[in-house]
Amino acid sequence: MPLFGLAPTEWQAVQLSLLVAFWASLLSLPLAVLVAYALARWQFWGRQLLNICVHLPLILPPVVTGYVLLLVFGQTAPVGRFLNDTFGIVLAFRWTGAVLAAAVMAFPLMVRAIRLAIEAVDPKLEQAATTLGAGPIRVFLTITVPMMAPGLVAGVVLAFAKAMGEFGATITFVANIPGQTQTLPSAIYAFLQVPGGDASAVRLLVLSVFISVLALALSEWMARRVVHGTGQ
Amino acid sequence: MTLFLDLNHSVGDFNLALKFQVPNGVSALFGRSGAGKTTLVNAVAGLITPQKGRIEIAGRAVFDAGRGLNIPPHQRGIGYVFQDPRLFPHMSVQRNLNYGRRPARSFEIDANLIVDILGLEKLLDRRPDTLSGGEKQRVAIARALLSNPDLLLLDEPLAALDRARKLEILSYLERLRDELRLPMLYVSHSVPELARLATDIVVMDAGKLVACGPASDLLSDPSLVPQLGLAAAGASVLARLTAQSEDGLSTLNTSAGQLFLPRIEAPLGSRVRVRILAQDVMISVQKPEQISALNILPCHIISLRPGDGPGMIVELNSGNDRLLARITARSAKRLCLQPDLACYAIVKTLSIRPAEVAI
Repeated sequence: MPLFGLAPTEWQAVQLSLLVAFWASLLSLPLAVLVAYALARWQFWGRQLLNICVHLPLILPPVVTGYVLLLVFGQTAPVGRFLNDTFGIVLAFRWTGAVLAAAVMAFPLMVRAIRLAIEAVDPKLEQAATTLGAGPIRVFLTITVPMMAPGLVAGVVLAFAKAMGEFGATITFVANIPGQTQTLPSAIYAFLQVPGGDASAVRLLVLSVFISVLALALSEWMARRVVHGTGQ
Repeated sequence: MTLFLDLNHSVGDFNLALKFQVPNGVSALFGRSGAGKTTLVNAVAGLITPQKGRIEIAGRAVFDAGRGLNIPPHQRGIGYVFQDPRLFPHMSVQRNLNYGRRPARSFEIDANLIVDILGLEKLLDRRPDTLSGGEKQRVAIARALLSNPDLLLLDEPLAALDRARKLEILSYLERLRDELRLPMLYVSHSVPELARLATDIVVMDAGKLVACGPASDLLSDPSLVPQLGLAAAGASVLARLTAQSEDGLSTLNTSAGQLFLPRIEAPLGSRVRVRILAQDVMISVQKPEQISALNILPCHIISLRPGDGPGMIVELNSGNDRLLARITARSAKRLCLQPDLACYAIVKTLSIRPAEVAI
């Protein structure tokens, strides 16, 4: 019974990965919607620059991204020290840092999916809504969001999957501390480094396949529901 | 209430620059495609921001470039029926209708009455993508009405409808005009539609104002024939329904005499506006006796206007009404037609179609 015969460290890694992926996709969602909306609809100075910045984590080697995070958010780095002194938030070498790393890495994928969805929304419908007395916020919530919902679901699922599998930036930024920052991929990597760790690695492998298939099935089901709900 | 407009807006080579004011009622915006009608309506709605100018709806300034005033569309108190229905695909018909409902500003619109007249009761639970084009447009009109606008903007709303539905919705719009006094700005290039609905007409061409004034004057103004189109040139005659005959005809009294038309379904005594097309009017200098045409109205010639082709437009005075006749220049020469000459206008009864009778 590989699935339920997990050792405590293995089980911790699975839990931590789910937790990190959940928070990473949830916390980056509002910002991703804002950035996607800005890129899709607004003309402003620096739009192209923003587009490049958003895509950087997708193009850079993950280790580089992790190193940049360490340089900015490390305990001795300016932003890291400010967060620690002011809010008592420590990111480097903590699970919260793993959330940040996963969120940064998944961000471009999420923005791309949501941006495509926003671009597919017909602005004529939003115009019609304004002539019916709806202000910008009501138009966004009642017209734009429902119509881009399938893309929103796709973006979240993509970000969740990416966050589950994120390895390079995470291990660089928060290391690989069992029980604290050891996510599922880092655990598999660690087990492969020690003699006799193969069995644990295979158990985690099977489990990660299981989680991925489950997430995919869930997203398909949600997308169908949303599409049915919007009548498209 | 009035609509006041003083605009200057350029998009590429196209320049929209005009100034006009129309009183309460149904104002029709008429012009060829590309004249800038939709741009103008979008400026009134606030969907585009003109570079210069001022717009007032019901005495309230909604846009004034000089003062930096630009009230957003959702606060302008307008309803807008677009050329395409623009229904929200993720909502049922009922939810589409409810989307814009807001407290009455000037009068309460009865939702049930609108649903009933536009024939929507069976569609309420349907999704927009299951409706036909005509059904969608009816829902769009109802949705705009239910938002209780101060001014209803209609951009060729009947273009996608079949003739029967067009006539039905036209008569409903007439009721809105007469019973609720709902002010409308109505874009169309169909003269019969304007003749039925409009109280005032704004004629524009290439972004400029050509004419603006009461519909009865402009629609029978021979100088506007190039804009209105020869086939649509004509005049409106005010009449009162006095008798219904068993042979399917209605008798009407006009200031010039009796008029016989195909049966009009209206109570006796109703005031009726009949549009008589210039090409349906013949002129005789003597009173014809043995002729099949039933309508023979004594007239005076006001003016003769030669056209580019072999035809010309003769402007006639018939009682208090004006008539236009389109005849060949050869005939005018043969009959020695000239201003002030007394003559007879002959109109075949069956040439007047129901769409040209406004009740």
